[in-house]
Amino acid sequence: MNAVQPLDLAVVGIAKSFGAVQVLHDITVTIPDGQFVTLLGPSGCGKTTLLRIIAGFETPDHGTVTLGGQNLLPLPAHKRPVNTVFQSYALFPHLRVKDNVAFGLRSRRLPEAEVHRKVSDILEVVRIGQLADRYPQELSGGQRQRVALARALVNEPEVLLLDEPMSALDARLRHEVQVELKRIQRQYNTTFVLVTHDQDEAIAVSDRILIMNQGRIEQDGTAEEVYERPVSRFVAEFMGSANIIPAKRLADHRVATAFGELAVATIPAWTSGTVAIRPEDIEVRHVAGPNHLPGIISDRLFRGDHWDLIVEITAGSGTSTIAAVSAPTLRVSTEPDQVNRVGEAVFLELPNDDLLVLRD
Amino acid sequence: MKSTLVIDGKPTNRLRLWLSGLGLVGAGLLWLSCFLIGPLLALSLLAFASRGDYGDIIWQFNLENVWRMVGFGTFGWVPDNLLIIGRSVVLATITTSLCLALGFPLAFWIADRDRRWRVLLIAIVMVPACVNLVIRTYAWQLILGNHAPPAVFAQWAGFIPADAALYPGQAAVYLGMISAMLPFAVLPLYTSVERLDWSVVEAARDLYGGPWRTFRHGILAQVTPGLIAATILTLIPSLGMFVVSDLLGGAKYMLVGNLIQQQFGAAADWPFGAMLGLGLVVASLVSLLILLRWGSREGRI
Repeated sequence: MNAVQPLDLAVVGIAKSFGAVQVLHDITVTIPDGQFVTLLGPSGCGKTTLLRIIAGFETPDHGTVTLGGQNLLPLPAHKRPVNTVFQSYALFPHLRVKDNVAFGLRSRRLPEAEVHRKVSDILEVVRIGQLADRYPQELSGGQRQRVALARALVNEPEVLLLDEPMSALDARLRHEVQVELKRIQRQYNTTFVLVTHDQDEAIAVSDRILIMNQGRIEQDGTAEEVYERPVSRFVAEFMGSANIIPAKRLADHRVATAFGELAVATIPAWTSGTVAIRPEDIEVRHVAGPNHLPGIISDRLFRGDHWDLIVEITAGSGTSTIAAVSAPTLRVSTEPDQVNRVGEAVFLELPNDDLLVLRD
Repeated sequence: MKSTLVIDGKPTNRLRLWLSGLGLVGAGLLWLSCFLIGPLLALSLLAFASRGDYGDIIWQFNLENVWRMVGFGTFGWVPDNLLIIGRSVVLATITTSLCLALGFPLAFWIADRDRRWRVLLIAIVMVPACVNLVIRTYAWQLILGNHAPPAVFAQWAGFIPADAALYPGQAAVYLGMISAMLPFAVLPLYTSVERLDWSVVEAARDLYGGPWRTFRHGILAQVTPGLIAATILTLIPSLGMFVVSDLLGGAKYMLVGNLIQQQFGAAADWPFGAMLGLGLVVASLVSLLILLRWGSREGRI
């Protein structure tokens, strides 16, 4: 195929409704050639529909999808230079592994010698060369997943679409496949578009994460960006366990919360909204710092690589102009070697540049 | 070393093992013996016996009935029996093909409806099968009769002479056969179409499969078990069926079923009837084996 000029995938103004339900609202995104992009979001956010539109299994109501400038929408699924790894793998049950993998090549009538060479090469890449003569139902979940990957990759697609490919695997295997997937993506330097609802998976493999919610892209950035600097309450909650704190703006860099007054690094665009902080960004101290809240540790859980602390904030730090939330507690995580007692009085330091001002 | 067997920590011996095994398969074995193996043995024995002068059975075993079945008789070889068998095979094969051709789209159409409708539609397909075949076939006589609307229309359009009926005839026979066998084709087809994994069909398209390749590997390979079940359930009963041909075909042609019935009735030649029956059983088993072999190769579901 045409590998000389970069084949950027451009999705412009895509909208799609199923009956009265609009599942995609005006999605526009450009994916540079060779990028590993993840569409991350809860079920029903439209991520799979977007993937199916790129694959050619759904037709959008509006918008275009182009690859290297060529409009993909007029092409039926079997004529697009795009291949899919299906959620349930969708292997052909009546074909051996090698014939499953050869399917796309034979559809395109490649010479049999070339088919054999490419199939055995790709089976080595995904490390299942010894399983070539098996039938799909004689394989484990992880092996089937590799066959599905090989069957798509062997066609050397310009874009590989992966629809929750790891949802049927157990946690340990999933981690193994994530590493493998990243290795293969680097090796082939192909654009990968992964759909998942698993934020750990998204963080592990992606160059870039598009967080989707209710048919819109909520945030677009690298894994670090969407994790460390969520722009909205939805992203902050979806990417791990952030403390979400309702707040009112007092001055440009000062907000009032139910816990007390706090300093923030960015200027809120609202007068009344929310701020958020990750449990691991809160420091537990015994002396008051510049942006502190006093509290008492009410519960603790050992998680192996860290401690989860629940800290009840004791009132009195500044004048609260916000009605107290039902349980004025913050979740804090600390290093495993930092042992705190339940009932201990501490000062929580909320570094102002980690205290994120959300847009809603 | 003592040759005692220990199973689940308890000492046992071969006799006990045998008895407990027999106890487990016993019920099934008894059932099979009474209703399948026994009658089949009786049929086989009878098939190789001879007819006495007055229609009695003489228990002398020979291969005479085999030769008679393929056409060798007192007056040399005549093709009549083979023609009858061939005609039955042709009728059964065409009936089965038509039932599959009609049943396949019907199964897809039903599987595509809402859950509520699917149950109702399957019931509509199955209900006629609850009515006795002879009664249903007589009903076709009424429908195709010379004063009923279909015949009146055909008379008006000039397809048949005035005051003629739409039966007896080949078309009426196939109409009757299809209406008799279609439910048995639709049900297994529907079952396999309903649990079709559409993502496999999408995978075939995704992997550059054109319409035929997508159908062949995406759909056909998945519904093969249903297709085989439908073929077995229509082909084998229609091989032996003769009521429909008699009532709607005007009893002009003999089928294997007629021939067998004749031996046990008018001809009073039970051994030859048994041989013909045995032949039918063997032919059915052979076609079953061919289908199952095809199935084990294709339908790896």
